[in-house]
Order: sequence, then structure tokens, then C-alpha cells
Amino acid sequence: MNGFVKSNSSIRKRLTIQLLCGAAILTICLVLIVRSFAQQLAEQSQDNILAASLTSILDSASIQQGEIAVDIPYSAFSMLSNLADDRVFYRIDLNDEFLTGYADLPRPNLAANSNAPVFVTGPYRGFDIRSVAATRKLALGEQPIEVRAIIAQSRNGMQETLSEISRRVILFGSGFFVLSAIIALLAAQSTVGPLTRLAASVSRRGPQDLRPVIARVPEEMAPLVQSLNQFIGRLETSLNRSEDLITEAAHRVRTPLATVRAQAEITLRRVDKDENRQSLREMIRAIDNSSRAAGQLLDHAMVTLRTDHLERHEIDLNGLVRESVARMQAVANLKDITVIFENTAPSPIQGDIILIQNAIQNLLDNAIKYSPPDSRVEVQLERKGTVVTLTFRDQGRGLPSSDAERLTQRFVRGDNVAGTVGSGLGLTIVEEVMRAHGGTLSFENNPDGVGACVSISFLLS
Amino acid sequence: MRFLLIEDNIQLAKAICDHLLSDGHVADHAECLSVADDFLATTSYDMILLDIMLPDGDGRDFLNRYRAGAGKSPVIVLTARSEVSDRVGVLDLGADDYITKPFDFSELDARCRAVLRRQGGAATNRKHFGGVEFDGLAGTLMHNGATTHLRNKELRLLETFFNTPDQIYSKAKLVDRLFSYEEDVSENAIEVYVARVRKHLEGSGIGIVTVRGVGYRLSKI
Repeated sequence: MNGFVKSNSSIRKRLTIQLLCGAAILTICLVLIVRSFAQQLAEQSQDNILAASLTSILDSASIQQGEIAVDIPYSAFSMLSNLADDRVFYRIDLNDEFLTGYADLPRPNLAANSNAPVFVTGPYRGFDIRSVAATRKLALGEQPIEVRAIIAQSRNGMQETLSEISRRVILFGSGFFVLSAIIALLAAQSTVGPLTRLAASVSRRGPQDLRPVIARVPEEMAPLVQSLNQFIGRLETSLNRSEDLITEAAHRVRTPLATVRAQAEITLRRVDKDENRQSLREMIRAIDNSSRAAGQLLDHAMVTLRTDHLERHEIDLNGLVRESVARMQAVANLKDITVIFENTAPSPIQGDIILIQNAIQNLLDNAIKYSPPDSRVEVQLERKGTVVTLTFRDQGRGLPSSDAERLTQRFVRGDNVAGTVGSGLGLTIVEEVMRAHGGTLSFENNPDGVGACVSISFLLS
Repeated sequence: MRFLLIEDNIQLAKAICDHLLSDGHVADHAECLSVADDFLATTSYDMILLDIMLPDGDGRDFLNRYRAGAGKSPVIVLTARSEVSDRVGVLDLGADDYITKPFDFSELDARCRAVLRRQGGAATNRKHFGGVEFDGLAGTLMHNGATTHLRNKELRLLETFFNTPDQIYSKAKLVDRLFSYEEDVSENAIEVYVARVRKHLEGSGIGIVTVRGVGYRLSKI
């Protein structure tokens, strides 16, 4: 049946992958956002310090004795020196003329008439620097003098801080990812859990267990379980109907046949005329033929039904054979046939007792049917290792010389059975029963040339 | 022997009763379970033949009830069901055997005999003719203190004669009784068995005599 199930990738796998992808995207976003936020903060604080330092420099510019004096206060640099390893550059111009500091420090373009400081980032002497520039106008005589200060700082310290922050953020992100992965696995597990439990509880059932499934399942699975139960219900109804039909059919067919047969037999006792007797005998034979055929057909239907849902219970093959032999003894006696069965040790096998009983019955029936009067049927049970073999040997006409293998096909009988009632289904039924139980059926003529030898083998349990 | 036949099919029941009567037995017929209960309340039977599907109930329930009420008579179930499905149940419910419809009267007789033999035999089954005692159950013939064990066909031949002594049976009728309808047996085959039985009866004062042109009968000689 597995061949009919098309399964693509598992729900659990898909769910896990989806949840992990989500967690990964979230982690990456988180790392990027935290990093850019940290960078912004760092830049902001550097800018603030630079601006404060610049303001204190410009504030220190004054006119002393008709000259501009710019006395760079100590605090202007001490503010900046907080950041380790960073270089600080400055430049002060008076009316666009270089006064002091680093002459090659680039000057940002300052908007005219604006006192707002201007921030610029750029390379300088191999450093990545952030600089800020602002002007202050001082009145000296009639000509105002413009003092412009530029102060710049390398960004090494900030980069270091930033990369330290990044490291921590990545570490934190990885932890977050691992945690979400664990949660994802658990979530997938618990989502798939009810499905797995349902599947297990259905497949754990025996073939005859057609009770509805009552496992507790999440709401979303309820329709599935409901449909499953409906299917089980329909299957049960249909199986019961088939069994009832077979039983009913057997009853409807056999009862009138029994009536006609009994009446024919009684009439035969009263009739003396040869031709009437002959027709009555033929009638009885026809009844036997049709009842045998109908019976075997119905038995075959029942066997097919039961092998589809094979019940397996422990059976003692030895006891079962003994019982069957005892029951057939009365019939065998009518032909003065002795059925010999030597009791052996119990032979436990696993199977459906009704089916195995039917197989034994068919083989015993055949052996007696095809045996001449005053003969012997030997039934033997042999255990060899894990296999138990049941053999029926008769002294009858044996198997047909050609095509003996075909005897297990439906309605095929040997070419040497004329005059014996049969349906051609006996061995078909036996073979089907054996196949369902994983056993084998084999038949051959006895080595001494008289009669047939039919064996069935089972695995011991 | 006294039989109780519980069977709702009147024609079949009549034929079975005819057969039992012709073998010298007594048979009461109940067409439903309530009539069967009435019969059982007043009479004891050597054998009960029980159908399964009856108009007023299931034969298996009857069987269960009968055995629970300590009914001792042997019961053979006549079943029309599939052999596969029906074996379970009736034997476990206390039936002594079952036979599947349609059946041969000789098979019914054989099963009755086997069941009665297992039960230890009924004294009523011993028949006397002249100085000879015939036990159909044990399959023995006794005269002058000697016991002979009979083979099945000899037994059935003698049963026929002992049940209705002095009645003449044609060879054809005897073939019907001894052989199954499947077998094409010539009437002369009977002579073999008659000869064997005659040998068993030597010196007993009775014998199977040939009635010329008609057949055989059991007679004192």
C-alpha cells in the first residue's frame, strides 16, 4: 500500500527550516540595527565634544593691545583626549590667513553669515578624521576680523569601540539564533506530535480492529480524524455486509439443495425401475456438484475476505489437525479408509484458525475423496528447525501426469478425476491461505508411484 | 433409538424423518424452538438433530440453553452456513458434531454412530435376531460366545438387515445404502460383501438368503 502514498518533504523539516530562516533574518536585522544605532551614538558624542572644544577655542579669542590673541585653553584638548590613541589637529585662520596649527588641514566651506559649526569627515595624513569648523567675528578698529577655527580628530578610538560593540552584538545575535533554533525544533516537534501519535495509534491496530479513532488531536486535525473514522465505519459496514451476504447466500443455496437431495435419496429407495433410478442418481450427483461448487465459491470468498485482514493468533497445529482428523474419520469410515495421524509435540504457529482449519479440511477432504475404498491416508506433522510441515499421503490415483502446477488455479482440476465431485477450488483456497500466512504448499506423487503427497509448511512461532 | 429433529424446512424434515423411520428409529419433528422445548420437557432423546436458523430463534442459543440446563443428549448441528465461518461456535457451545447441508444420509448415520460411540453407546442399539447379537455402534457381531469386528460396509449391510429383518432388499437398493452416489458401482459388487457377511454368520443359525430374481433377506436357517 505504501506505493500509493506520495510523500514530499516532511512537515517537521519544512516547519523547522521556515522557523530557522525567520530566526536568521531577525538576528541579522537585529545586529545591523544595533550596530548602526551604536555608530550614530558614537558619532554624535564625538561631534558634541568636537563642537564644545571648538566653542571653547573660539571663546578664548580676544583682542589684547590691538591684536588678536587666541589662547587655546587646555580644557579644549583634554575634552578630546578621553578617546585613546586618537590624534587631534587644529588650525586657526584670521581673515583667511593661516595663523597657527596645521597649515595643511583642509578647510571646510563655511556658509557666509552663519555661525553654525560645519562638520566634515575625510582623510588627512593617513587618518580618517572628523573635523568641525566655525567662525567668530571680532571688531578691531573699523575692520572686523574673522577668526576661523578648525578642530579635527581621528576616528580610531571610535572605530575600536564600534567594532567592540559589533562583536558583542554578533555574540548576542548568535545566542539569540541558537535559542530560537531550539524553540523552532521544539515547536515543530510539538506541532507534528499529534500527527505522529495518530499515525502510530492507527498503524498499531490489528487488522480486525475497526473501532473509531478516539485520540485527542488539535482542532485542525479533527476533520482528518473525522473522515478517517467515517472511512473505518464504511469499511466495517462493507466487511460485515460481505460476511452477512456470504453466510446468507450459503444458507439460501444449501437449504433447498439439502431438501431436494434428501427427497431424491428417499425416493430412490422406493423406486425400482432402472431408468428412474439412474436419473435419480444423476440428480443427486448434480446436486452434490452444484452444492460443492457453491460451497467452495462462498468459502473462497470468505477466505479472500479474511486473508485481506489476516488475524494472527497462536494456534497449536497439532491439536487442530487432531480435531480435523477426528471429524473426518466418520466420512473416511464410509469408504473403509483409515486416517492415520501420529500425535507429535505441540506445534505453535501464528495464524487465523478458521483459515488454517479450512485449508486442512480441504486437503483431508481431497485425500479421502480421491482414495480407493479400503486404503490408508497418512497425516504427518514434522518439525524441522523453525518450520513445521504437515503432509497428507493417500493411496489414490495421484496427481495428473502433466501440468500439476496448474491445480492451484481457479476451477482447474486434474485430467484424471472423472467421476469424483469437485469444484476445482480446493487447492486454490489452500494456496491462498498459505500465501497469507507466509507458508508454502507443495504436492507431488508418492515416490512409490501410488497416490499423492501434499504438504503445507508454516513457520513455528 | 429416539431422535428429535429441530428443522423449520418441512420437506427436508420429512425426508430425514422418513430415513430415520425406515432404519427402525423413532423421530419427533419440531419445526421451531418452542415446540422443541415442549418435546424435551416430556421425552428423553438418544440424539438431537438441530438446525441453526429457525423462525423463533438461533439454534446456537437453544444449544447454549440446553447445555446450561444440564441437557445430556448428544446434539448434531445441521448447518447451511459456510464451513469457514461456522465451525467456531457450535462445537464450543456443546454440540457433539456438525454436518453441512446438503448431506448424505449415510454421512448422517456415520456421524450419529461416531457420536454415540464416543458417548459410550446406547443399549438400545444392540439388536438380536435368532441367537445373534448385532451392535451397530461397536461394529460387532456376537454368536456362540465369539465376537467378530465388522468393517464399515459389512456393518452397514448388517444394519440394514437387522433394522428390518425379513424385508427383501434388491442388489440395487443395497448399492444405494453402501456406496456413495459418486461411485459407479456394478450391482455385483454387493456380492462380495454379502459373501463376507455370510462367512461371519456361519454356524449362527441365521444367514443372508438369496431370494431368486428379487434380492436378499436376513433369515433363520
